Amino acid sequence: MGAQKKGATARVSEDPEELARHPLQAILLADSFTTKFRPITLERPKVLLPLVNIPMINYTLAWLESAGVEEVFVFCCAHSKQVIDYLESSEWSSQPNFSVTTIESHNSISAGDALRLIYERNVIHGDFVLISGDTVSNMSLTQALQEHKDRRKKDANAIMTMVVKQSKPSPITQQSRLGTDELFMAINPVTKQLLYYEDKAEYSKGFISLDKTLIADNPSVILHNDKQDCYIDICSQEVLSLFTDNFDYQHLRRHFVKGLLVDDIMGYKIFTHEIHSSYAARIDNFRSYDTISKDIIQRWTYPFVPDVLCGSSAIKVERQGTYRASDVTLSRSAQFGSFTFIGQGTKIGTDTKISHSVIGERCTIGSNVTIEGSYIWNNVTIEDGCQLRNAIVCDGVILKSGAVLQPGVILSFKVVVGQQFVVPAYSKVSLLQQPTQQDSDEELEYADSTSGTGELRSDKLNGDIAPDLSETASELGTGGVGYIWTVFEGAYDEEWRHSVAPIPTDKLVKLMLDKDEDEELLTQDGNVISASRELKTDSDGNGSEDDDNEDSRDDYVSFEKEVEATFLRAVHENVKVDLAVLEVNALRLSYNMASVDCGGAIFYSMMKLAVESPHNSASELHRNAADIVTTWQKLLKSFLHDIDEEIEVILKFEEMCLESAKEFAALFPQILHLLYDKEILQEDAILRWADEKEGADESDKVFLKRSEKFIQWLREAEEEEDDEDE
Amino acid sequence: MDFQVVVLAGGNSKNLTPLVSKELPKPLLPVANCPVLNYVLHQLEQSNLKDLIVVVEGEDTALLVGAWISGTFIDRLHVEIAAVPEDIGTAGALRAISHHLTAKDILVVSGDLVSDVPPGALAATHRRHDAAVTTMLCSIPVSGPLESGSSGGKDKAKKLGRYNIIGLDPSKQFLLHIATEIEKDARISKRILHAVGQMEMRSDLMDAHMYAFKRSVLQEVLDIKDTFQSLKEDVLPYLVRSQLKSEALLNRTPQGEENSNEKVSSQNNQAFISRILANASTPSFHGLYSENPDGSSSTRKTHKCCVYIASSSSYCVRLNSIQAFMDINRDVTGDADHLLSPNNIIGPSPKLGTKTTVGPNCRLGEGSEMGDKCQVKRSIIGRHCRIGSHVKAVNSVVMNHVTIGDGCIIQGSVICSNVQLQERVVLKDCQVGAGFVVTAGSEYKAESLAKKEK
Repeated sequence: MGAQKKGATARVSEDPEELARHPLQAILLADSFTTKFRPITLERPKVLLPLVNIPMINYTLAWLESAGVEEVFVFCCAHSKQVIDYLESSEWSSQPNFSVTTIESHNSISAGDALRLIYERNVIHGDFVLISGDTVSNMSLTQALQEHKDRRKKDANAIMTMVVKQSKPSPITQQSRLGTDELFMAINPVTKQLLYYEDKAEYSKGFISLDKTLIADNPSVILHNDKQDCYIDICSQEVLSLFTDNFDYQHLRRHFVKGLLVDDIMGYKIFTHEIHSSYAARIDNFRSYDTISKDIIQRWTYPFVPDVLCGSSAIKVERQGTYRASDVTLSRSAQFGSFTFIGQGTKIGTDTKISHSVIGERCTIGSNVTIEGSYIWNNVTIEDGCQLRNAIVCDGVILKSGAVLQPGVILSFKVVVGQQFVVPAYSKVSLLQQPTQQDSDEELEYADSTSGTGELRSDKLNGDIAPDLSETASELGTGGVGYIWTVFEGAYDEEWRHSVAPIPTDKLVKLMLDKDEDEELLTQDGNVISASRELKTDSDGNGSEDDDNEDSRDDYVSFEKEVEATFLRAVHENVKVDLAVLEVNALRLSYNMASVDCGGAIFYSMMKLAVESPHNSASELHRNAADIVTTWQKLLKSFLHDIDEEIEVILKFEEMCLESAKEFAALFPQILHLLYDKEILQEDAILRWADEKEGADESDKVFLKRSEKFIQWLREAEEEEDDEDE
Repeated sequence: MDFQVVVLAGGNSKNLTPLVSKELPKPLLPVANCPVLNYVLHQLEQSNLKDLIVVVEGEDTALLVGAWISGTFIDRLHVEIAAVPEDIGTAGALRAISHHLTAKDILVVSGDLVSDVPPGALAATHRRHDAAVTTMLCSIPVSGPLESGSSGGKDKAKKLGRYNIIGLDPSKQFLLHIATEIEKDARISKRILHAVGQMEMRSDLMDAHMYAFKRSVLQEVLDIKDTFQSLKEDVLPYLVRSQLKSEALLNRTPQGEENSNEKVSSQNNQAFISRILANASTPSFHGLYSENPDGSSSTRKTHKCCVYIASSSSYCVRLNSIQAFMDINRDVTGDADHLLSPNNIIGPSPKLGTKTTVGPNCRLGEGSEMGDKCQVKRSIIGRHCRIGSHVKAVNSVVMNHVTIGDGCIIQGSVICSNVQLQERVVLKDCQVGAGFVVTAGSEYKAESLAKKEK
């Protein structure tokens, strides 16, 4: 104890020096590693998308600078060239006390990869701020940093401080105003230590499970459903090395935070810092883009608002939160509603109504246009009579006269919408075709596009797509250019959740009613899941056990399928036996099965293959089986270590003959013999199987009787052997 | 106040053998020379809760307890004694006397509670919130002998698994979660969490077995859920779980009315939603949920489960184990001596021999006699005991009519009534059941001595 204290005090004295030596550093991830902003992000990185006419990354960098960070490492991966070019040409490259360094990668597919790469570069020398380039905040870091440092002095395991903010999810959609899923956190109210973090809670489950030790160790724990994760983390150096040590950590929250929380060996701790009056939010999806844009216009993020950020350039704030650049050409009859931003060089025609919208630079908007709650970027042409509601319109888009954008539409770069065409709600339109093969792993998708837009464009636009354009003209009306992306199956229902458009009331009503029903179900569930003694007393109390059994049964079925698939692949691709053994073993471990199950499953796959290969007669089938067994005997044998496992195979075979592959029923003794000949089954196994079956029901003994001769022969052979021995 | 009090006094507790017997049921077990039931009744009387039903297990016990109560509390409390069969649980006992319950609210209190928390405070909290159930929570008592200190006691409590997991709302007024089992992971209802936003999970509080119920709710739950046996483990968790979707009150509204409501509801949903969105922070989460989508009178019933948390300085322990018996005896004569009610004051001081010292924190009952050169420390000695010379009694409880021979040494032990300790008996951490005779010179350590049941 004494020694420890000494160490701690020594550290304190050292600390000011340390601070002096290391300027405060920050890692800014200029890649979100998600695909939520597709199709826009196929052509431009998310951090460069304009947020109230200023690229997002500017908000983040401006905040970092104001918060006292001196050195920022911008990690860019997707469209790295664009990010680097932008930063080099921007004012950020020439700030006196604020250095921005880019770190480029072409093959990182997750935040984990990024941090591992940064660790290798060895550029971080102390505590750092970890943030992604789509975060808008105006909080002061001083207090959070101080808390973090103080905790570090007392406990070297306190390696991270997460910034959280009060934000209660909607009682109906269970979604925050930023469009993110509800988050459950358990925090110790005294130490502020984070004890539980769940952002992907299954909706179907009506409860949250807290580990018993967690509650036992902390006399008081506050479980929060009303906090929002700001994705601003103050980390110690160890965080980077932890990512390197755990090479499977990908996602900052899902893997890293949860990983640390469940790992009680290392004892690393994460703490939270709650901000009350300042602003911090991350643009995660289109809904948060909308929400945060509005917050910026309403100046919650002050001083990070357009008129301040643009410095001297002439953007004036007028009454009712309207922002107008100096050289806007506005028709006298145009109505310019509250909370609206209009950028430089934009021309607006007569009788046009604009409200709650952002309009970028050099746009041309015709007459009689209605724009509500929309985000129109630069160089957009909107002809007369168009109607836009809750849409995002990227650079260079042309809306021909009379076009209508229904709520939630996203028009990516340079799309042209034909005359009088109505773009249906929630459509995403791009000049680029939708990537056909979507990788199921969400995090990988964004990386696919990292090859850079240059390629994509030159390849696709000039090459194959050109002839297609005429075809797509019909997709967006006459004269329209672009593809309407189809929504993935099942995703459509959820599209409104993350859309830029407000949630339609009928959805809310439906959700409310659904919820009522759910609640009824959940209340019933409550009886089963309650952690009280009712489990024993209630009549329906043993439900959970049944579930367990069912689970393991399901597991086995899917395991068997996997093994079969592996085996078939091995057969068709001539995979070496050793490799196949390895693969099956891996499956066994991942499904937590015994080798007994492997033997059964492999044998099952072999026999199934034999049945499925073409054959005309029983003898051919027998030959098929013999071939397969001969080729793959080593594979099967490597999972049959003892007699019990061999007996399992026989039992499995019996089961097959009765159910899935009745053709084998006639061949039972022959196959048995075959297996014996190939030394897959020892005679002991067969004899024991026979002995076991001796006492069974008559119906169970069908196969025993059929193979009686063979068994007889085996027994005699054994006796003979014994005789010889004597 | 329109409160009816049910005192669940119990009967023969297995945990307390050999201290309790047919002749001395648990409610009459003396704590500092005064039956344990007295402490509860005294507190109730102080809170002006005078309409009582005392529920005891078994007819014989009922007679004994009834005789004692009518002797002690006559003219002060209006007490009915109800005998119920053994082993039907606390909920079962209430079910059995359900027809006696008439008041609007029922206060249920365990007869073995030794506490200085006024039951009136709990009743007032209950009334203020118009709650379906209000439960009293108190800090987990420090168990074990004094010397072990508070940290040791805490560990012990954990090992015993005696603590509850309790979920409270931020204002610490509502009970949102309660679980008594610690072996499993805690499962917290998301629905309640959604409604309230944040829930404080406490494991340093204990359910003190004092509840206030709304009578209608209690009776319905007991009726509908006829498998429920325990108030603490069945009824209370059930009420807490279903507080946002109360089934217990549903049959108050006629069925027809509900149906007609549903038809118009969809049209009015919009208004309701806008109200929800506008009014993000409702003063009470129950309010939000109790409103019907059509905004009119509610078909979605909620009920409130409230808590009254006793301040950490108050004393609150249940006499449910021998260790607790020792602790309470120690505390009642020591730190918590304000619990001793006036009628507990000892009569004419006992006769002491020469050079006999009686240390602080001791009680000596009337008519007891002690020989020469005895030492009594932190011990309680009942009425009419005869104690020889050179006897040492430390941290012990000696009940009535006990005879202790010369030279006995008693440490940390309980000696029940009519026990005879012959000369030079040495007892350490023992319990001696009523009427037992310990032969001269014997030594026992951590044993339980009792007459064999015939």
